[in-house]
Amino acid sequence: MSKLENPIQEELSKEKPKYKVIGTRPIRHDGTDKVTGRAIYGADVKISGLLHGKILRSPHAHARIRSIDVSRALALPGVKAVVTAQDLPPVADKIEELGEGAINIKYLQENILAREKVLYKGHAVAGVAAINPHIAEEALALIEVDYEVLPPVLGVRQAMREDAPLLHPDLKTKSLGEKTDKVSNIAQHIQYKLGDPEKGFQEADFVIEREFTTSTVHQGYIEPHNATALWNADGNLTVWCSTQGAFMAQRQLSDVLQIPVSKIKVIPAEIGGGFGGKIPIYLEPVAALLSRKTGRPVKIVMSRTEVFEGTGPTPASYIKVKMGVKRDGRIVAAQAYLAYEAGAYPGSPINPGCMCIFAPYNIPNVLIDGYDVVVNKPKTAAYRAPGATNAAFASETVIDEICEQLGMDPLQFRLLNGAKEGDRKADGLPYPRIGYLETVEAAMKHEHYQTPLKGPNRGRGVASGYWFNVGLQSSAIISVNADGTVSLVEGSTDIGGTRTSVAMQAAEVLGIAAEDVRPVVGDTDSVGYTDVTGGSRVTFATGWAAYEAAQDVKRQMIERAAKIWGVSPEEVTSVEGVFQLSKDPEKRMTFKELAAQLSKTGGPVVGRATVAPRGVGGAFATHIVDVEVDPETGKVQILRYTAVQDAGKAIHPSYVEGQMQGGVAQGIGWALNEEYFYTPDGRMANASFLDYRMPTCLDLPMIDTVIVEVPNPGHPFGVRGVGEVPIVPPAAAIANAIYRAVGVRMRHLPMSPGRVLEEILKKNQKS
Amino acid sequence: MATVWIPSLMRSLTHGVEKVTVPGSTLGEILDNLDKAYPGLKNRLYEEGRITPHITVVVDGEMGIQGLWYPVREQSEIHFLPVISGGIDLD
Repeated sequence: MSKLENPIQEELSKEKPKYKVIGTRPIRHDGTDKVTGRAIYGADVKISGLLHGKILRSPHAHARIRSIDVSRALALPGVKAVVTAQDLPPVADKIEELGEGAINIKYLQENILAREKVLYKGHAVAGVAAINPHIAEEALALIEVDYEVLPPVLGVRQAMREDAPLLHPDLKTKSLGEKTDKVSNIAQHIQYKLGDPEKGFQEADFVIEREFTTSTVHQGYIEPHNATALWNADGNLTVWCSTQGAFMAQRQLSDVLQIPVSKIKVIPAEIGGGFGGKIPIYLEPVAALLSRKTGRPVKIVMSRTEVFEGTGPTPASYIKVKMGVKRDGRIVAAQAYLAYEAGAYPGSPINPGCMCIFAPYNIPNVLIDGYDVVVNKPKTAAYRAPGATNAAFASETVIDEICEQLGMDPLQFRLLNGAKEGDRKADGLPYPRIGYLETVEAAMKHEHYQTPLKGPNRGRGVASGYWFNVGLQSSAIISVNADGTVSLVEGSTDIGGTRTSVAMQAAEVLGIAAEDVRPVVGDTDSVGYTDVTGGSRVTFATGWAAYEAAQDVKRQMIERAAKIWGVSPEEVTSVEGVFQLSKDPEKRMTFKELAAQLSKTGGPVVGRATVAPRGVGGAFATHIVDVEVDPETGKVQILRYTAVQDAGKAIHPSYVEGQMQGGVAQGIGWALNEEYFYTPDGRMANASFLDYRMPTCLDLPMIDTVIVEVPNPGHPFGVRGVGEVPIVPPAAAIANAIYRAVGVRMRHLPMSPGRVLEEILKKNQKS
Repeated sequence: MATVWIPSLMRSLTHGVEKVTVPGSTLGEILDNLDKAYPGLKNRLYEEGRITPHITVVVDGEMGIQGLWYPVREQSEIHFLPVISGGIDLD
């Protein structure tokens, strides 16, 4: 302890910057529109001559398409067009860079409209446009598809077997640049190795090895996918949609339709949740093709069942974790094997899972193997810290077992082994300044942890989690208005209140109130390229773009003040929104006063910035949960929950708290109830919110939050991303709490009543 | 000389060595010299004349370095990691 206390105390004793806007809690700029129902979402888009589209989806999990006959559908009065994969241009089996990652254009296109095979129940096969949605739906029943049904592969371990049916006849395993010649369902093998794991395990006083499985889970965003497309006679395509990134949607449309990005304008509507699931496109190209055929705008809106069956959930997984520990509590070696379901096409979040599984700890010897495996389920998409919740469920529950064997407090164990600046992760990279230990210390000191939990069948669990966050590229434009307010155009779609957190950073620089910044999310024609709202990057990177654009405005405003006073700009200072002549402090103008004079001193002032920031700061969280388990039914009741998280600097603390509470709420759903139930032939049996059980307010207690602030040295205000890491610890923390309540170790997600009861009965039989 | 961390799946080409020091003042020079010392590495890192999109290059903690012109210092540390996928993108 003594070694750890000094640097933390040293950090705390440093003088913190004094901000006027950062750290306050202004009302969100889009709040009124949202609560009064005036905000315009994708389904609200209405254009003259609008047609309505519907999608025909595969009834089979795995089948070859022999033929598609659309003639009867086309003959139905009111039907204007039908499209299939034959209407899409041919594309090469080619990898394209897209953001920080890569994408196979052929797979992307085949997921939009199946060409030769359908690979999951719900796979889109054809699109219909008609004068109303009812006729379009009726027309779907008239499309005749001749399928050759094939056996489906529905589980990751089944898919990895030598004799498993193959989804793709040409898929070979890639291993960091090396490709095997063997065709299989394993798309990728990745590995991280640090030190000498074999030797480390030999040195351990005891070793624990456990296996885990998790089910497929959906993000459950409240607004279904939607898209409206207008392919104009001049060849320009305009798309309105619910997306986490207008520019990413534009690039995907360009790849799928094989037209230049300059011909495509994407207008992002308000978004009713995404959590990663609205990064891929689904309906947009189909609406575009239908619009091109009809010469009219076409709108398609998914039903909830289509969202479950036809969009990307987060993967089911199989994980094995082995950890070796000394008697003094030091972890000396750790090994993990992770196999994640990618769904129908390669691309599960296996790498993030591998990156996060042991990230909170300083372990000298580590071996992690990860496998990306295709199965006959929808292509997975990102879901809030994708891959990390599955991984933490495994590693953090093994750590709890270790603590039990050692007789050591689980938070004390984390303090002893926790990662800090300079320690190397499994990928070999050293950590910059991080705040993991501070989250553990804050959890230990919290009244929740200090208060004994009493009563039968009650238990307290803790767990930690990590998410690395990302930077990518962002743009912002700020125009000064004559009344001293500013208009801010930024390219990040606002899912969690980021208009305000971005605007506040501009306001801080300009010395004006957050309410005097009017933030707008731009379309692809009105702001510079901006990557997706994902990776917890918006407040960090787009906030940084706003910071730089505001600095640009400030420079120009200083030049204007200098012009008015007939001095050089170097003689003018700007502090908290007041411009002042250095040598004559009586000469001063507020931002508003100067803004009123712009038209007479050279015209408007517009600041702009594009950034591709590198100083990303990873985020850690430590959670405490109390549960009560009903031994008769296996039902788990959450009694109390406290989430502690390092935010770097909380720009708008209420939104940080909201992200933490939202992440925990989703994590509790994932932990206790949510899962896709599949029939043996590969149909999802619970494709509605009635049967796919997400938590409601009745299931959850108030979720307490503690924001720890260890500034990220890589950001002007010290920001770290906050949106994703709070979903990482809940499943493991709850599993640990269940054990302490009723003595059963849960190794499958979700820990639904039936599964918990089964384990209780097994334990009772043994005893 | 810069220190290059060899990914475990490529260590068969470096006889199991985890870290090597390589001369060069740009990323391109480092890769050329690395391939001279351990033939075959460049082939695993390149695709169609550029760094393969499946790999992200990290120089001194800066992720996503693509340009072969990227300056490398004497004390630089270089890593080759699998690209993040399935999270923020669509690989």
